[in-house]
Formats: sequence, C-alpha cells, structure tokens
Amino acid sequence: MTGTGVGASVKRKEDQRFITGKGQYTDDINLKDQTYAYFVRSPHAHATIKSINTKKAAAMPGVLGVFTGEHVKEDKIGGLICGWAITSKDGSGMKAGPHPILADGKVRYVGDHVAVVVAETKEQAKAAAALVDVKYAPLAHNVDAAKAMSTKAQVHDVAADNRVYNWSIGDEGNTAAAFKNAAHVTKLDIVNNRLIPNAMEPRAAIGSYDTGMEAYTLYTTSQNPHVARLVISAFHGLCPEHKLRVIAPDVGGGFGSKIFIYAEEVVCVWVSKRVGGRPVKWTAERTESFLADAHGRDHVTKAELATDSSGRITGLRVHTTASMGAYLSTFSSCVPTYLYATLLSGQYNIPNIYAEVDAVYTNTAPVDAYRGAGRPEATYVVERLVETAARELKMDPAEFRRKNFVTQFPHQTPVIMCYDAGDYDASLVKAQEMADVKGFAARKAASAKNGKLRGLGYSAYIEACGIAPSAAIGSLGAGVGLWESAEVRVNPVGSVEILTGSHSHGQGHETTFAQLVSDRLGVDFNNVSVVHGDTDKVQFGMGTYGSRSGAVGMHAISKALDKIEAKAKKVAAAVMEASTDDVEFKNGTFTVKGTDKKMAFGEVALAAYVAHKFNSAEIEPGLKESAFHDPANFVFPAGVHICEVEIDPDTGVTEIANYTCVDDFGNLINPMIVEGQVQGGIVQGIGQALAEGCVYDESSGQLLTGSYMDYRMPRAADVPSFNLGFTCTPCPTNPMGMKGCGEAGAIGSPPAVINAVTDALGIREIAMPATPQVVWNAVQGLKKAAE
Amino acid sequence: MENFNYHRPSKVADAVKLMKKAKDGKYLAGGHTLVPTMKQGLATPTDIIDLSGLKNAGVKVGAKSVVIQAGTTHAAVAADKGVRKAIPGLAALAGGIGDPHVRHKGTIGGSLANNDPAADYPAACLALGATIHTNARKIPADKYFTGLFSTALKDDEIITAVEFPIPKKSGYAKFPNPASLYAMVGVYVVQDGKGAARVAVTGAGPGVFRQADMEVALSKSFKADALAGIAVKPRGLNSDIHGSAAYRAHLISVMARRALAAAK
Repeated sequence: MTGTGVGASVKRKEDQRFITGKGQYTDDINLKDQTYAYFVRSPHAHATIKSINTKKAAAMPGVLGVFTGEHVKEDKIGGLICGWAITSKDGSGMKAGPHPILADGKVRYVGDHVAVVVAETKEQAKAAAALVDVKYAPLAHNVDAAKAMSTKAQVHDVAADNRVYNWSIGDEGNTAAAFKNAAHVTKLDIVNNRLIPNAMEPRAAIGSYDTGMEAYTLYTTSQNPHVARLVISAFHGLCPEHKLRVIAPDVGGGFGSKIFIYAEEVVCVWVSKRVGGRPVKWTAERTESFLADAHGRDHVTKAELATDSSGRITGLRVHTTASMGAYLSTFSSCVPTYLYATLLSGQYNIPNIYAEVDAVYTNTAPVDAYRGAGRPEATYVVERLVETAARELKMDPAEFRRKNFVTQFPHQTPVIMCYDAGDYDASLVKAQEMADVKGFAARKAASAKNGKLRGLGYSAYIEACGIAPSAAIGSLGAGVGLWESAEVRVNPVGSVEILTGSHSHGQGHETTFAQLVSDRLGVDFNNVSVVHGDTDKVQFGMGTYGSRSGAVGMHAISKALDKIEAKAKKVAAAVMEASTDDVEFKNGTFTVKGTDKKMAFGEVALAAYVAHKFNSAEIEPGLKESAFHDPANFVFPAGVHICEVEIDPDTGVTEIANYTCVDDFGNLINPMIVEGQVQGGIVQGIGQALAEGCVYDESSGQLLTGSYMDYRMPRAADVPSFNLGFTCTPCPTNPMGMKGCGEAGAIGSPPAVINAVTDALGIREIAMPATPQVVWNAVQGLKKAAE
Repeated sequence: MENFNYHRPSKVADAVKLMKKAKDGKYLAGGHTLVPTMKQGLATPTDIIDLSGLKNAGVKVGAKSVVIQAGTTHAAVAADKGVRKAIPGLAALAGGIGDPHVRHKGTIGGSLANNDPAADYPAACLALGATIHTNARKIPADKYFTGLFSTALKDDEIITAVEFPIPKKSGYAKFPNPASLYAMVGVYVVQDGKGAARVAVTGAGPGVFRQADMEVALSKSFKADALAGIAVKPRGLNSDIHGSAAYRAHLISVMARRALAAAK
C-alpha cells in the first residue's frame, strides 16, 4: 500500500472544488440565448382536465411559448416508462398506466405536470404560468396504500382495483406447513414510512437543440446519463441516440432520486426545438422537489416468523402492500419485489420463506428507489420480527440471532440470493464489545435515576448490492443489463484518464478510482483523472446506484487495467529486446527476468506512442484499453448495528445515546470515504426512524409536509459521534475483494433505533417516525395500562 | 415574488406618511416572516417600507425597567450585559430564537408587530407585563396581543420601543416544533417585585395567553411543586401533524416546570 494507494484514507480530490464553490452543477451552467421553463402543476390529487386556456399566459411579456399535452401528441413524444416488467402470480403482466410528459386529460397527484411556459426570464415564465387557466373537474382520490384496493378512486383505467401487480416469491405450501408445525409464531403489522429524498441540489435540466447540427444536448441532474439518453431516444422518440448528448455534470446528491427519467428534463430538451433551438433551463424550486421528486418506501406489511421449540427459525411469511404513487417511475416496480423480498432471509438460516406483494396506485407522487431501495424495508421487517420473537421467547436478542445465523458459505436462501461469503458472528462480537453491551444495565439504572428510559436495540442487516448480473436480472424482468464499462487512456507522458460509466454525485469516485489506478500502475495519484457523466465522452455505461460503482464499476476499470498491463508488457518486451513472457511488472516498473533491464511505466507509455521500437504490424501503437464488466453475482455487505437510546417520558423526546456499527464490506479502498458513507447512511436511517415522514392529507390529497417547516430532516445535533468498526471477509467475485458501502447505513439503522425505543418503553410496537408525539402517546398508553 | 416599491425612510413620521400613501404597504423590520411569505406569493404588498433606516436599536437599563428600542436584533438583546443582569430570562429567550441568521436580522419590534402564534417574544412581553411604545401611544401587553397574527396596532402605527419591568425572577422554556424549531409550546414564568406570578404561554394556542391557574398557584409558592395539581385542559389549543392538543396541554405543564427551574 502506498500513501495514496488502495486502503489509504486519502483526502478527496473533488472537495477542494466543492468547498470553494467551484463545482459546476447544472444550475451553474448558462448557455447563450438561454430561456427558462416554469411548470404548471396540478393543485388537485385527482381530476379531469376540462380545458386549458393559454391565451393570457402566451400574451405575457417575454413568453416564447406555452405547451401542453396537445403539443406533446402533435410531436409524438412518448410517455415516461417503467423499465422492469413484473409478472403477477397469475401470469398476467403489470398494469402500467400511461405517463405522458405533460398531462393528457387527467391529473393524478398534487404536483402532476400539466403545462410548461417558456420565457426569456424565470420570473416571466413563473408569472405567465400563474395565468394558464386550467379548468379541473375533481375526482375521488386516495393517498393511502392500505386503502388502494378498496377505494372508489381509480387512478388508471388499466388497473381496475388500483393493483399494478400481485407478485410472490418462495414456496407458499412449505411455508404454510412450517407455520402449522411451529412451536411459536411472532406476528407484526409494519408500516415503512414514506420518505422524501431531499438531495441538497434540486433537480435541474437545460435542453438545447442545435438547428445546424440537428442534434440535441441535455444537461441534467442524473445518476446515469447514458440511460437517460437511451430512454429519451428509444422511448420518448425524440431523436436517434447519436443525435442526443446527455451531460450530467457535478451532481449534488441523489440518494436514488436522480436515477429516474423525469418529465421535466424530457420537456426541456423537447421544447428547445419548439422555441427555435434556444436552450431551455429549468431548476426545481424546493417546493417542487417535495411535490415531484420520486419518493421512497411507503410499505404496509403483515409479517410472521415461525420458530421451533429450540428457538430456531423455521419460516417467515410476509404480505406487503407497496404504494407506487400515481405513476410507475423508471425502476419503481423492482423495488418492492426483487430488491425487497429477496433479502427477507436476512443473515439467517430460514428454510421456508413466502412473500406476496401487491403494488398499488395512489394519488401521490411516484415512489421509486431511495437509498437502499427495498433492502431497508426488508431489513426492517426481518430485524423487527427477530427482535420481537427473541423477546417473546425470553431469549437474549443477540443470542437468538447468533443461534440462527448462516455460518456456511455459499448459502442459498429460499428467495433467489446465494450469499457468497461472510462471518456474521464476528461483526456481532465486535459490535457488542464496542458498544459495551455488558455495561448497559448500569447505564439503564443511571438513566432511571434521572427519570429517563434507556433502551438498547440490535439490527443485523444484510444487503445485496453491486447490482447486478445482467442475465440474472433479465430473467427476472429487467429491461436493461447492469454491467459497467471503463476505458483507460494512458497518455504519452504516462498520466492516465479513466472514462467510467459510473457517475459520482457525492461518492468520491475521482479519488477512489485514482487510488486503484495509482496502486495498479504505480502512477502518481495526482496523474490520474476521472472522466464521467458525458455521453459524448464516455462509452455507454449504466450509472451509479445500488452501491455498484465499487464492485462493478471498479471491476470494469480493473479489467481494463489488466489489458493495459498486458499491452504495455508487449511494448516493454519489444523495447528491451526480451520475450513478453520474461517481462514482469511491479511498482510501476517493467523488468526482464534474470537481467538488470528495466523501464518505468511512463517510458513504456511514451514508447507505445512513439512506436519506433516495435513492429506496428504485430503491436498496435498507443496505450488505451476498454472493458465491459458484467458481475458474476451480487455482493453481500452485512453487519451489526447497536443503538442505545434515552427517552424523556415527560416530552417523548428520544436521544440517541450511543450508536455502534460494525460492517463487513470486504476490502476497503478508502476507509475515510467508507466511514463517511456509513455515517451519512446511519443519519438517514435515524431520520426515518425518529423524524422523517411524508404526510398527505387524506381528505384533500394535499401534501402536508411540503417544506422544511413541516418535513423534519435529521440534524447534526440529533446524533452522537458514531462508533464505527469493520470486519472483513473478502468478496470472492471481484479481484479487489470489495463489497458495497453506499446504502448499508440507511439499511441497517431504522430497526436498530426502533428496537431500542421499544426496549426502552417495554412495548412491542411503535410506528415510524417515532416522533416526540408518538413516543409520548406510547408513554401515556403505559401509564393507562399501569392504572 | 411580485414587484413592489421599496422605501427606506430615516424618520418615523416619513415612514407613517409612506404607509398612508401606499395601496397595500408593509413595514419591514427584519423580514424573516414577511420575505418568505412574499416569496411564496402569500403576501403581495405594493410597497415595502424598510424600518432599518430609522436606526433605533439599543438597550437602556434603568432602576425599574429595561427599555429595548424596536430595531434591536435578537442577537443584540441576547448579548446585552445589562439585559443579562436585569432580566436574564429575557436574554436567554432572545438567544434561543430561530437560528443565528434570524437572530442577527430579526428585531424585537418586528417580532411583536407580526405576533406569530409560535414566536418567543410575545410570551416574555405578556408574562413580564411589558409596555409597547409606539409612535402614537403606550400599550400594555395585556391589551396588545389580540389573536392570531393580530395586535392592537393600527395599520400605520410603528413600535418604537418595548419597556420591560425588572422582575424578581423570570425564566423561559420552550419545546421546539421538531421540523420548524418554532415554539410548539413556550412558557415564560415571572415573579414580580411584589411576589406575584405571571405565566404566559406561546405556541400552544392561536395566540399567546396567560395561564391563570398556574399564576394563582405560583403567587403562593414560586416553585415547581406548586404546579403539581394543575392539569392544563387541551380545549382551544392547536392540533396538527406535530402535536395534538392533549400533547401540547401536557407540554405546557412540563415547560412551566422547566421555566421555573431556569428562572433567575
């Protein structure tokens, strides 16, 4: 390991530019003759559009055009798509309702995109938008997933009972038998609360049409610009792919919400041609982010766990109703199915699992992947069940987990996944030590003396990330493959450019990718640059989400580096007049076995470009290689969270007293960046457990938590300094031995917090977010019960 | 935000004239409520009359009272040595308003003229029995706060200063709204020079109000024990996604106890 190589906590290269305000985000970019778009949005949860009168708006100063669904139809621009086809239990396909980029006769949630005004300035566009006269006839609406299949409010004609699909996984009969023969059954009703992503940078787009080149360019806040180009070209039908360039410059956080292709970006690039090719810019106001970014979670679940008389888990059965919102967002359908139910085995040996999922439409913003996507929901179900079962069986929750841990690898679960490597007990042991579980009883007694209630909760999570083997997901309905690509360009002076299909929006790829290259080629860390986020520069790539840029993205880079090394050896052999087989490469130097001949990597690079010393018929000049890598399996990070809370029964306020987390991410490239990912993820999970909750008003369908005045984000003051630790079982399916770390914190933490809260209060269940009001209500319930 | 005419007069009389002339004028005295409301299009004044040009900031501490000029920022009140010594509860309250941005821009006059039902200052004014000085008259706090965002001020009337009698002891405790951090319940308790207690509650109802049962009990004994038998009734209190009326009623008792504990 060098000072900047693999395993070193190198400071992030990109931070100098970000913290000095030199980042180039989409809204920082201003093009010549730029115009501004403002969207007219639905004030109703569900309504028929009787008429749209744009005359007054069109006559306003500075207005270049007002566009509606009629114009979309004129230009034959296709609707937004959902890229993963889920097949129902009865063999029928999922019921995907149309999702036009501007409404076609109906609106289906508050914030639905109805029309767009393009004007010389943002203020002019906004002022004119207020004058677009839309006549609505309100329809019955429903915002509640649990009521979706019984409500009169039908969101889409294609889904009579609002059901998108009824999907199942696992063996229903065997699982039923396990429950019949169980010594004990633990049952829980679980709501996984709906969340609003709140990336620091709101979504933005600039679309422009070059009338000379007859080609489009779209700057957009995307985690996967190539996928955006593919979808806008192939499904919206704007133009052939080579006539569309998509650039995702610096992106200020995504958490999943910037994976999807949204109406606004398609509208911007489409209407640019309508206004004579002038660039059209849109930047979401924060209110629009609340209303119209894809939300996360929103599951209603009935879950049961069967155990035998010795405390071994024999079965797990789940029924989940998952809200999809009013439309199917890009990857929404796979979240409550293949990203969720395939993780219901947790870290445990569970012989029988059966899960059934009803995905439903509601009159709310679309729901899609949000940090963890399905896996936090699965972990919450499993870890709440396991903790509750242990308490019911009067077993220590840690011992109950230990007794049921998977210990032999590879381990095939009953729900598709094959766990490749792990040592779950090692993480549990380490976490218990770091959290000083032994001292908990004394701390609890001390809290009680001060009138406070102290509780401790565990969560032993596993997740599948690094998505994913293309053939495997293809067989499950995915419309794309999830490989990744890389190109390594060695310049004649020996500096290196990495072109990657991964996209950094906070992950620090410019640093970690450079560490890998520096380590492999012996090139100075500062002589490696990373190019990403531009479809005209980078070969096709699949983007960043699902904690995949390490395990899949860096694996592709590693493969390209293998090719670079092989080619460079040939060049070095020719220059040093040796056989390629005799050339060795180590620490940036090529040597010839049994001689003192040597060449530095930079000399070989120059030789490759000068091309004087080898036969160009045998060896091509230059040093540039590319690779596409399709992973052999998911990777399986796992770990243990231990949360200790102290509750003030007078106010219901829950304080996180201690938080310990031990993760097995395999080998780490940059431990500092990994810790940052874990810290951020835990804070998001604490936010979900104690603070954040998206609330739609049932009677009006309005979003009640539409600003920070009502949507409670976690704050720095809410969390203590975390105790973070690592164990390591290297991943066997990539040469770096690494797993993924981007989502684990958010996946593991919510059940640890809620298990601690219920432990403190001595109750079975409490709803997330366990706000002061919710906890205080529970305390009142305890007082009543005691009377 | 709609366009508006901006004025920054340097004399109170000129400010009043401008207001009388304006079609729909608003005084600006910090702007931490007004400007966001204008951004959302909820307020569309034709004229903004910025009172910062009046330059009436500052604190005078006398033998019996503290007079704070209307244009004094919350940060200045919190840091003022005289206030900290004479009415430490008031200085502490000012130091806990909003966040540093709000405290360095928001003014006591602006806060009291706006009378947000979840603002902190109204609780101190009402409990301390402050007198609101305006360009036209002096209004006792008991007659000043008239309900949700409404006060005894006439449309063009300008607060010039606030006079607080120095109590024997006073203290403030608030339970912040988890999202906005405004007071969901804030209680200011006062024991005046004669030993009589006054208790004012903000955040919990549609406007600041006095809690009579607690005042009676604390006038007998200015200690938390005195509150033991008092159950605050939820009727008339606010109820929303952050807290029910019953929860707020309970928090009034908890915050009253904490305010007593903090009272100096």
